[in-house]
This record gives sequence, C-alpha cells and structure tokens, in this order.
Amino acid sequence: MAQAEAQDQGLQAQVAHAPTAAHADEQQHPIKLYLVVWGWLFILSTCSYLVDYFNLQGYLRWALIVTLMLLKAGLIVAIFMHMAWERLALAYAILVPPLLMMVFLVIMALESDYTWLTRILSFSPVQ
Amino acid sequence: MVDTTPEHAPHTASRPPGLRGIAADWASDQRAFKNVSWGKAMIWIFLLSDTFIFGCFLLGYMTVRMSTTVPWPNTAEIFALHIGGHSVPLLLIAIMTFVLISSSGTMAMAVNFGYRKDRRKTAALMLATAALGATFVGMQAFEWTELIMKGVRPWANPFGAAQFGPAFFMITGFHGTHVTIGVIFLLIIARKVLRGDFDRGTPGFFTSRRGRYENVEIMGLYWHFVDLVWVFIFAFFYLW
Repeated sequence: MAQAEAQDQGLQAQVAHAPTAAHADEQQHPIKLYLVVWGWLFILSTCSYLVDYFNLQGYLRWALIVTLMLLKAGLIVAIFMHMAWERLALAYAILVPPLLMMVFLVIMALESDYTWLTRILSFSPVQ
Repeated sequence: MVDTTPEHAPHTASRPPGLRGIAADWASDQRAFKNVSWGKAMIWIFLLSDTFIFGCFLLGYMTVRMSTTVPWPNTAEIFALHIGGHSVPLLLIAIMTFVLISSSGTMAMAVNFGYRKDRRKTAALMLATAALGATFVGMQAFEWTELIMKGVRPWANPFGAAQFGPAFFMITGFHGTHVTIGVIFLLIIARKVLRGDFDRGTPGFFTSRRGRYENVEIMGLYWHFVDLVWVFIFAFFYLW
C-alpha cells in the first residue's frame, strides 16, 4: 500500500514539475516506504542465506537463488534508486541494454559446455 | 503522463561555422531524457557502463567455472565462520550482505532528508552509510587475509579448480574498490552537506556547478548500485 501511495505522489510530482522540463524531479516519498523496503531486503537476504544453510540442491536451489536475487535487485532499482518514478525513456535506456547481455550469457554457456566436452575427450586419463 | 516535449526549435537557426557549428548541432535541442537533470542522466549512463564491466566479470567467471573439469571449491565451507566449535557456513558473507543492505537503507533515507533540506539528518545518515561501507571493506579485508593464509592464490588453491582464485580476487576486489571509492565520496559529500554548500548553492571545486541537494541523490544512485552488484555477486559467486 505504501508503495502505491508513494507512486501516486511521485506521479503528481512529475505532473507538477512538467512545465519546467529542465528542472530536476525532486523525489519525495514518506520515510516509511524506505523502511518497508529495507525490511523486505533483510527478509529476502535471510531467505537466500537459508537456501545455502539448509543445503538445498538442484533446480530448487537455482530457482530460489535467482528469484530472490531478482526480487532484491528489483526493489533496490525501483524504490531506492527511484527508477519507478523516472520517465519511461530513461528507464528503458538504462534497463534494456543489460538484458541484452542475456544473449552473451547464452553464447558463453554454449562455448563453455563445448570447452568442457573437449577437455573431457582430449585430456582425460586413458582408460 | 503529461507530454513535456518542448516546441521544436526552428531548423533555420543560424549555426556558427566549423567545429563550433558541429558542437552546437549536437548539443542543441537534442534532449532525450526531458525532465531528468544532466547529473542524474550522466550517473545512470555511468552505472550502465559499470553494469557491463561487472556483467563481463560474472560471465567470465561462469565460463571458466562451467568449462573446468576439476571440481569447484565448496564456497559454503571456505567462507564458513567457526563459532564455539561450530562451523556456520557462509556466515561472514551473510553478515557482509546485511551490512551493505543496511548502508543502502541509510543512504535512501539520507537522499530523502536531503530533499527536505534537513542538513544535519542528511549528513548524519550519510556518515552512517560511510561507516557501514567501511565496515564492509574491513570484513572483506579480513576475508581476503583468511583466504590468502589458507593458500588461495590467483593461479592456484588447495580446494579445487585453480580458476577459483582469479575469479574470487578479481570480482570481490573490483567490488571492494567500488565500495572504497563510494566511502570516500560519501565523506566528501557529507562534509559539503554539513557545511551548507547545497543550501547556498556553492559551486563545486572540480565541476564549478552550483551545489544542489540532488548531488546527494546522485551519490545515492552510485551507492545503491554498489549494493546491487553485491546482490548478484552473492547469488552467483557465493551461493552457486
């Protein structure tokens, strides 16, 4: 709820500042919002630590680690870095390029699989 | 959302000749980020480029880890802390994570109080952020010392795949450097806040731009980014 309220305020602030296009959009949200996000970051971090503590393995581990990581990253970028209230032009310019790195990730994953296979075939001890 | 696109400038406007004309053409009426100030747009562009640097580090780490045929060292054991005869896995890293998240929280509140022009609270929260950041770097120095004592080197280690050493030192080293630089800048900006530079609009020593409380938010963006990078390092380097 606090987030929705703050978003409304943020939008109002943007509208209010709209005439002076060059003026900085001063971010003004209730302190409570930051405390709530802070609390959530603590909870999410504890959860990802517990994933390791209870030694979960396999796809469950991966799903949990990545989900918790993305939730934390999303909260930091959206609320702490105020991206949720920035103009869409800026948000897209900043957030889309890193997504393109996923292509790079796939390429390198394929490449390392190939390297691994070559090493197994060429360098494993003769049986 | 209200469209704030300004009226198109007349194309017939006279331009100075030569290089100045080129500069004028590129610099005039070409704002893409309409209501975003220059400083904020530039820090975001910088953070984007920094994202690529850390992205490449993590991708390189993934590549060497996936392609090695030697078992990867068990990070849960290596980064365990021994407390009262018990070995708690990854405890040090968990504490470091909480310290950094806390520093992000105090920084976010510092930005908020900055825009309320609350000089003392802003400075106090920034100093708290700097203290937490310094604590993080201190714990990282301890972690590095531990690992070096255990024989981890950039070219070999006693736990398994040799690639563990360079990946660890490079990724955490680069991140620690970012935190250290952040702490230094936090202290500089906090001093300016405390001195009232942003109330008076005193020009900066280096940039000569009038000081504004927005500088606190720009500092905050950098600091949150450092925290953000740690979220990814924690997930991929320590928990994988």
